[in-house]
Amino acid sequence: MHPAFSVIFFTVTSGAGYGLFAITALYHGLSEHQVMSSEQILLSSGIALVLITAGLISSTFHLANPKNAWRAISRVRTSWLAREGLLAILFYPIALAYLYLVWSNAAGAVLTGSAILTAVWAIATVFSTGMIYACLKTIRQWNNALTPVNYILLGVMLGAIIYALVASMGEGMTQGVITTSAYIIGLAALSKCVYFFWVGVPAGSTINTATSFTNSMVRLLDVGHTAGTFLTDEFGYQVAHTRLIALRWVVAIFAFALPAIMVWMSLSTLSVTTAYSVALLSAFAGVVIERWLFFAEARHVVNLYHGSQQC
Amino acid sequence: MKLGLVIDLDTCVGCNACAVACKQWNTSGTTGPLSDLEPYGKDPTGVWFNRIRNYEVGDYPNNKTVHFPMSCMHCEDAACVTVCPTGASYKREEDGIVLVDQDKCMGCNYCAWACPYGARELDREEGVMKKCTLCVDRIYDDNLPEDERKPACVLTCPSHARYFGDFDDPNSEVSVISRERGGESLMPEMGYEPVNKYLPPRAKTHVQKYVNDTNPISKVKDWVNRLVSR
Repeated sequence: MHPAFSVIFFTVTSGAGYGLFAITALYHGLSEHQVMSSEQILLSSGIALVLITAGLISSTFHLANPKNAWRAISRVRTSWLAREGLLAILFYPIALAYLYLVWSNAAGAVLTGSAILTAVWAIATVFSTGMIYACLKTIRQWNNALTPVNYILLGVMLGAIIYALVASMGEGMTQGVITTSAYIIGLAALSKCVYFFWVGVPAGSTINTATSFTNSMVRLLDVGHTAGTFLTDEFGYQVAHTRLIALRWVVAIFAFALPAIMVWMSLSTLSVTTAYSVALLSAFAGVVIERWLFFAEARHVVNLYHGSQQC
Repeated sequence: MKLGLVIDLDTCVGCNACAVACKQWNTSGTTGPLSDLEPYGKDPTGVWFNRIRNYEVGDYPNNKTVHFPMSCMHCEDAACVTVCPTGASYKREEDGIVLVDQDKCMGCNYCAWACPYGARELDREEGVMKKCTLCVDRIYDDNLPEDERKPACVLTCPSHARYFGDFDDPNSEVSVISRERGGESLMPEMGYEPVNKYLPPRAKTHVQKYVNDTNPISKVKDWVNRLVSR
């Protein structure tokens, strides 16, 4: 699957933004007394909204006919892309309502309710983004439950790192913030490792089911065109197996191991701001590579018609 | 009505006439011209609704070359229709043809990701997705003589390997031939219920091998035959 950089940037950045907003809202809404100052909450949420908006704008760059993009929310009954678009658009008034309550120093049930609604809506939007890919039966590597789970966990992981960074620059830094970010990094790492093992299991369609000749060997003789086609350009992208494995290790180091080391070092050796800044840069780079791998490892079943024996 | 095609893999000779006819018919028509990139250049590519790929089935000496023309299957539970966010991809209720509304498509490629058969292609010049229309502009055109109201690919096939008709009618040509020859769906495990059916190659009778006679006259005849064929 050809990795489109606009989509990679969109999913990573908007995922981080929604994760950061969800964590900020939950920390604020669920704690008994407000730990972060209102200015910091607004800063954190503001960064989240900037990330989300940058991501959403970037996603329109992969459209070949963007003048019809406004129609993309019309088929919410069946299409996950439409659902994600609708949730993303409706997130803005919900988030701004919550931010208004923060700015006006509200408290009590209204604030808690708004915070929880905003956080749930943010997670639901990231879930929908993951489901866009997970609902496709044609791409076996994506068609499992871990796809939306990983989208959520990686977004929340990046959000937790940014939150700790903002908290360290004012009030609001507690031991709990550091341990929570450590747990989230660990959970995201675990889920991603399970995914890496899961997608290696061969199953599903073969060239035999694709051509209906299930009783004999089938091999491609001639694909029918001398140059590439839309199908080979979009779905024929294949990376050498050794390179994919090497990149998995890069993801493990930059997205999970290095941030985890930084979290540990923030307890004693380094200042929290320094440690989490390094953690953020490393994690962001690692998640971008993870998303690139997500596309590069995917093999669409149409490859069965272009020479693959199994997808 | 459930309109679709039956393609006879036994009779198809891989001449690509159906692909050319489709490309020519769709130079004008409902979806407009199918764009080509670098048609006279080094790597010519372009939008084609019908593509023929060739496969070797079986192992030598029991192998066979099968020519596989593939276009949109007009699936009953079309995934391309389900995933389209703008509603540009739709399946007509009256005849089951799956079409792309060119005025609504935003070219996001999501339908191409969802289609297991590679039926949908992006036209880079126009920025919209295009696919086989089952010649909806031919089959309902009253200006054409009645027996020409078929898809261009069906009309042009020189070996009569393509059939068009209504699968809902048990006595139509496609229903009868699909029943008799055992028409197969491709990738049925996807669950999209493709309407187009492929007829498998027939079991062939065994051809008797040439047996050497040992009498001298046969040997001389044999030698002359080989000399002539060289």
